[in-house]
This record gives sequence, structure tokens and C-alpha cells, in this order.
Amino acid sequence: MTVLSNVSQPSPDLLSIARLVPRGARVLDLGCGTGELLAHLIKERGCSGYGVELNDANVQACVARGVNVLQLNLEEGLTVFGDHTFDVVLQIDTLQHLRNAEVMLRETARVGRIGIVAFPNFGHWPNRLAVLRGRMPVTKVLPYQWYDTPNIRVGTLQDFEALAVKNRLQVLDRFGLQDGREIRFMPNARASRAVFKVQRA
Amino acid sequence: MHFPEALPLQSGASIRAYDLSYETYGQLNADKSNAVLICHALNASHHVAGVYLDDAGQVKAKSEGWWDTMIGPAKPVDTNQFFVIGVNNLGSCFGSTGPMQTNPDTGEVYGADFPVVTVQDWVSAQARLLDALGIQTLAAVMGGSLGGMQALAWTLQYPDRVRHAVVVASAPNLTAENIAFNEVARRAIVTDPDFHGGHFYRHGVLPKRGLRIARMIGHITYLSDDVMNEKFGRQLRDSAGIKFSTQDVEFQIESYLRYQGDKFAEYFDANTYLLITRALDYFDPAGEFGGDLSRALAQATAKFLLVSFTTDWRFAPARSREIVKALLDNQRDVSYAEIDAPHGHDAFLLDDARYMGVVRSYFQSKVAP
Repeated sequence: MTVLSNVSQPSPDLLSIARLVPRGARVLDLGCGTGELLAHLIKERGCSGYGVELNDANVQACVARGVNVLQLNLEEGLTVFGDHTFDVVLQIDTLQHLRNAEVMLRETARVGRIGIVAFPNFGHWPNRLAVLRGRMPVTKVLPYQWYDTPNIRVGTLQDFEALAVKNRLQVLDRFGLQDGREIRFMPNARASRAVFKVQRA
Repeated sequence: MHFPEALPLQSGASIRAYDLSYETYGQLNADKSNAVLICHALNASHHVAGVYLDDAGQVKAKSEGWWDTMIGPAKPVDTNQFFVIGVNNLGSCFGSTGPMQTNPDTGEVYGADFPVVTVQDWVSAQARLLDALGIQTLAAVMGGSLGGMQALAWTLQYPDRVRHAVVVASAPNLTAENIAFNEVARRAIVTDPDFHGGHFYRHGVLPKRGLRIARMIGHITYLSDDVMNEKFGRQLRDSAGIKFSTQDVEFQIESYLRYQGDKFAEYFDANTYLLITRALDYFDPAGEFGGDLSRALAQATAKFLLVSFTTDWRFAPARSREIVKALLDNQRDVSYAEIDAPHGHDAFLLDDARYMGVVRSYFQSKVAP
């Protein structure tokens, strides 16, 4: 799984997402990368919890940070986690890699009280423009060519909203992120990254 | 080290007085907070790391400790930093009191009369060794396979004496298939005409045929199909081709298994093999909780690192995940690495950069005092 940033100081995007997590929350971070966000939540917001990660190097990076990490394949579900065992389940830049993205969204709602999901927003205007010009976009948030992208799902804020409704999830908050700023006015066109905070309706 | 006080065993029997062989590596620090206990599996010993020197001061050939890849100066379990203790378990045959030794009650060699010992009994004996060494709390207890079971048992029997448990290629109990393999091995030994009901020492013979077969079976289960094919495939021993013989060695895999069996039968005790496989069979901490491992592990307060290997079918990753799940149910600190290594169960003894890296990182970031 990719992470938003590899630098030691969490990126502004990551900090915006971290602010959505209540202090002291028990957190499960699906596709936690090198454990950067989780380490930040533990240190700065008094949270506890686990990351789930598939990549060997990332698992070791999490262990090196002292973050609890479980090397599991999300495509095989979240069967090791009981119902409602976490305050917050994070899916940061994870959804777009998952074959079973919808199942994982439902699992997120089963395991956690609140789900926080962030993903590249395909509705961002430069993406639309690129497609209008006849080419798939290559941007900072979607930096891959169409033929070698690890992102097997691309969607927009509105698409996710519809998926949330379909799965009877209540959207508590939603906004876009662009260059570290929260975009609340027309985020579907103005933000390269979408962020949703959902719970079981 | 000699222990004059009797050790009560889980079976209700007791061992009146006993010795435990142990080795230590590194220095115990002033507040005794850097001790790491290493628990061994079926055929290993207290000699976990380093080499032995002969009288001339030369390194003895093949004298490396059985976990020398993992433990030593600047290794993942760094003996420059940690005080590592290797201990040979009761009933084994590498110096600790076992069936090859004299029963003080009868003056005769124990043989088949050596009491059945369990993982819990081993842990009780190990705890006494720590008492004698003046160590109240372990920075970590660590083991692979059956050794991992001991590490897990430590966290249940002495939760306040263990800060971390590192459980590698292990399981919360054996499956029926696993018990079946053990039983075949035991039958091979027990039905060897030289076994004499376990009192072969009196007859001046050793049930080597049985031990060889037991080891051959074991070896098959420690490897993966892929690795065996890669290593041996259908290679013949004789380049001239097959000999149309039913009893000669034809394939290289046969030659390898026979060699491993022969080697093992030279140094391993038959009664020890029976005892240790039984300890494996019996281990089941969830047993007294109606099979509920989560309830069983509620007693464990240590932080855990679990490691499994994808091609290990004897102690499959799914078994480690059961332990992970039970720890999650109890909201314990746990990390879990599932290493995609080709070597089957043997992988836990081999040098794999990802495996070594995770253990090293864990000891540096979490266990280090």
C-alpha cells in the first residue's frame, strides 16, 4: 500500500486526517504503510491500536517505529478482528488497491465505530481535463501511467457517497484535500484527494 | 546447574532432584532488565549461539549454536545488548536430567521410567533457573516451533515475569495431522526390536532403526514440497540411471533422508524423542477454557511478536493467526509478520533478511531496555 508521505514530519494532508481521530481512540489502520500516521496518533493524540500491512519492508518499518503491525492480506477480509472492537478504522489510500473494496468498506463499518476513508479523487478538475483531452491523467496524487498503475479503483467523491448510501453508511463528514488544505466548497472538482468520515447508519 | 528441590509435574509425579544445562551470552546489566530466555524445539539444546573451541583454541567444526543466525554480537538478538540464556529442557539428552541418566530413587538409568514432562513443566523448571540466576523479569522469552509454545506458556504461567514474547513458527496446539506424524515417529521407535520397552540401555543397544525413521518423517514435514523439488527433484544418485532395485537408494531424496536419519540416530535419545513429541501433543492452553484461546490468553500481559512462514505446513500461518486473534480479543500489544519464505517449517532456523530484519527491529525498538 502507498502512504501519503515518507518524510518523518507527517504531511499536512496526513495531519488533516489525524485531526478527525478522537483523542485516546483505539485505532485500526488498514494499509498502514510505514506506520507514520499511527505513530503520530499514538504520540500526539494518545491513541492505541494496530496497523495492517502486506508489504515486507513496510511491516519492518512499522516494527522499527514501535507500532503494532499485523502482516495480513486485506483481500482475505478482517476475520481476526471482532465486531465494534475499534473506535476508528482508517483506510488511507488503501481502497484504490483493493479488489474487494466494497466488502472492505462494510468490514470497516463492522469492526469500527467510525470509518475514515481517504483516496485519490478522480473528479478533480485536472483529471477531468486530461480525460477530455483524451488521455488518462498523470498527477501528483495519481502519478502512474494507465498501464502500470497499482490503483485498480478510481472514483470520485460523489461515487463514494453513493457507495456509502448503498451500504447504509452515514456520512458524518466529507471534504477534499488539496496541497494540505481542506476543500469544502465543490471538493469533487477542486480537490485531488477525498476524505470521508462514516459510521453505520 | 543442580536443583536439589523436587519439581512437581503436571502429571502429578515429580522429579526429585535434577540438573539443567544452560549457556549464557552477553552481560546481565545492573538492574537485570536485559535477560532473554531462548526455548528450544524438538532436537535442539542449550547451545543456541556461538561456537565451541577445542583444547588448542581452534573453533570446533560444526559447533555453531542452533540459532546462531539469530543470536550473537550484532545479530538480531544482539548479545552486546542482551543477556541471552539457552537452557536444555528436562527429559532432553544434552546434559539436563533425562531418560539417559540415573534415577536417584532406584540407582538405575531412568529409560522409560522418566516421568512424562509437559511444556508447562519445562517452563516451571526454567523459572527456577531464572530464580537461581537472580533474574526476576525477562526482557523477552523467545522460541520457534515447540520453543514458541514454551514462550507462549511463559506468558500464561508467569505473566508478571515476561515483558515480551517472541513466538516463531508456532501454534496454540497441534492439529490431528500433526499428532499423527508424531505418532508414526513414536511407533517407529517403540516397535524397533532394540527398544526393549524403553530400557535398551540395560541391553547395551540403541533403537537406531526407529530413530532413523522418526527423523526421516520429521524431515519431510519440516520442508516444503517446492524446496524439496528444487533441492532434489527426481535426481538419481547414480548418474548411470535407475537400477531396477526396490531396496537400494535410487533417488537423491532417499539418500538425503537416510543420511539425516543416520546422523540423528547417532546423537539423539529414543526416550527423549518420545517425551518431547508427547509434550508437543499435550500442549493446549485453550483446553481448560473449553477450547476458547481468547479466554486462555486473557492471562497474558506480555507484548508479542509472532512470525510465521507461508510455506510452513507443519505450523501453518493460520495457526499463528489464531494466537494473533486471541491476543487482539484481549487488546494486547501484538505485531505479526508472515514471511513469504520457500523453506517450510525449517525457515525459522534459516537466515532470511525479512525475518531477521523484523526480529532485529522488534528487539531494538521494543525490547531494548
